[in-house]
Amino acid sequence: MAENILTPEEIIKTGELVFKKTKLMTDANLSYCPGCGHGVAHRITMEVIEELGLEEQTIGIAPVGCSVLAYEFMNIDMQEAAHGRAPALATGIKRVYPNKTVFTYQGDGDLAAIGTAETIHACNRGENITIIFINNGIYGMTGGQMAPTTLPGMHSSTSPYGRDVHTMGYPLKITELIAMLPGTSYVTRQAVHKPGLVRKAKKAIKKAFELQMENKGTSFVEIVSNCNSGWKMTPVESNEWLDKNMLDYYPLGDLKG
Amino acid sequence: MEEVKLMKGNEAVAEAAIRAGVDAYFGYPITPQSEVIEYLMAEEPHKRTGMVVLQAESELAAINMVYGAAACGKKVMTSSSSPGFSLKQEGISYMAGAELPCVIVDVVRGGPGLGTIQPSQADYFQVVKGGGHGDYNLIVLAPATVQEMADFIELAFKLAFKYRNPAVILSDGVIGQMMEKVVLPPQKERLYDEEVDKLYGSWATTGKKNGRERNIITSLELVPERQEAHNHHLQAKYKKITENEIRFETFNCEDADYLLVAYGSSARICQKTIQLARAKGIKVGLLRPITLWPYPSEAINKLADRVKGILTVEMSAGQMVEDVRLAVNGKVKTEHYGRFGGMVHSPDEVLDALETKIIGGQ
Repeated sequence: MAENILTPEEIIKTGELVFKKTKLMTDANLSYCPGCGHGVAHRITMEVIEELGLEEQTIGIAPVGCSVLAYEFMNIDMQEAAHGRAPALATGIKRVYPNKTVFTYQGDGDLAAIGTAETIHACNRGENITIIFINNGIYGMTGGQMAPTTLPGMHSSTSPYGRDVHTMGYPLKITELIAMLPGTSYVTRQAVHKPGLVRKAKKAIKKAFELQMENKGTSFVEIVSNCNSGWKMTPVESNEWLDKNMLDYYPLGDLKG
Repeated sequence: MEEVKLMKGNEAVAEAAIRAGVDAYFGYPITPQSEVIEYLMAEEPHKRTGMVVLQAESELAAINMVYGAAACGKKVMTSSSSPGFSLKQEGISYMAGAELPCVIVDVVRGGPGLGTIQPSQADYFQVVKGGGHGDYNLIVLAPATVQEMADFIELAFKLAFKYRNPAVILSDGVIGQMMEKVVLPPQKERLYDEEVDKLYGSWATTGKKNGRERNIITSLELVPERQEAHNHHLQAKYKKITENEIRFETFNCEDADYLLVAYGSSARICQKTIQLARAKGIKVGLLRPITLWPYPSEAINKLADRVKGILTVEMSAGQMVEDVRLAVNGKVKTEHYGRFGGMVHSPDEVLDALETKIIGGQ
């Protein structure tokens, strides 16, 4: 019966509030598949910006890939880059506004394939920016093609019989590569498929932004994530698969700093 | 007192950029325009005005650094030569789509491919007609002197910001490398961040301050109806630019029987050809487009009513001649002449071509 339906005010009582969506996420419907890690990664990034009081001075850059529309969800000033070029945009912004906070949010195809040069050189110059790198081992938006980070033997629409490393090359451990560069202050690999890991990832993102505010150089946070649609699994299966397979090749933890 | 210096065209570009109060230059070395970034690095403009100069890892990175800084409302530029301009095309298309003001200098060399480091005007198609994907236009200025290399920096920025559109200074290896007297413009102050905010805060990503709505710089619109509407908006803007910003000059056209149409260094060469022709009793005039887009089509069309033939002179296999023919619309014979692949035609060669292709060919 209609009269038995509780109003939002009756449900949400301030005294009992345990979670509130950050005001730096818009109310737009997320374009991500249900079960995807992007939503969580977006939320914790924006929570960190809100908690550090950086809302009015942050400029974010969306990539090309599943998170191409990140600017629809992140309620701050945003730029949309060409595929792979986000670190170059970030360089341009930070050089003319050294006191503002600048970050890129990029997937594995964007950052570790077409944008490898821009990524490595921005990090090598020690640009005072933060890079959030979502690694789900696949090209999600274009329909599940092989990524630079696709695991050996892993199936995708362009490696339908599994990634053959002899002809398709090895998964690129770009984060390990970046950790070697003197320009980087903090390089870490995190994940968001378990509540405990989400808390750790958020702590890492916070540290990355804090280091940027201290002008320490490039801070780089990889988030190993799932792609249940691209991997052709249910969300739960994809998280289990990630835990069992991805983390051996991409072990979690700080690589530097 | 005015400041006069003997400078290379490339150096004039660099000095004029500092004096125009440019906020940042991002570039990558390539012959024959490396003097632009070399001059800037040696001059240390961060000490003079606070201007940023950065050598990028590639042309792609340089144009995308320009994108990022231009999207912040800053006065930003880059420069390159033909193969490098090809690489910048991706970023230029994105900037045209996102309506970002910036200035790009192209000191053209011969192609295709790695081609040659000698002068050429074979970038007309890739600069004036697009080159990147999608329906867009760039404002294109063609300097013919080292003085104009300096003067067009401020003009290009003025137009770029007025219309929120990338502007190109389409030069060539002759003008980039040759030395001439330049009257340098006075030093302009760079804008403070607060001024940038006030002027461009309605669209630029300067940080979402004082409770304003967030600004988004993007060239993406997945809903086709909206992308079509955005394209209509761009086309309306291009129409306005065409109505208001056509620039050209004419020499000896009053009594001319024949017309030369040439831009940049070819226009300089044609001025000598006019002297040689008139000494022989051939009445020749010259129309020099200063803006290659928007193009002085109407002026050429009107002159076509008065002359017996038109020769387009450019250091290419014939690129601008297509625009001249469209403007002439069949009224009189219109031919192309030019050395290319790095060769520069002489005034005599142009006169020979006029006599054989136009006068003798009637």
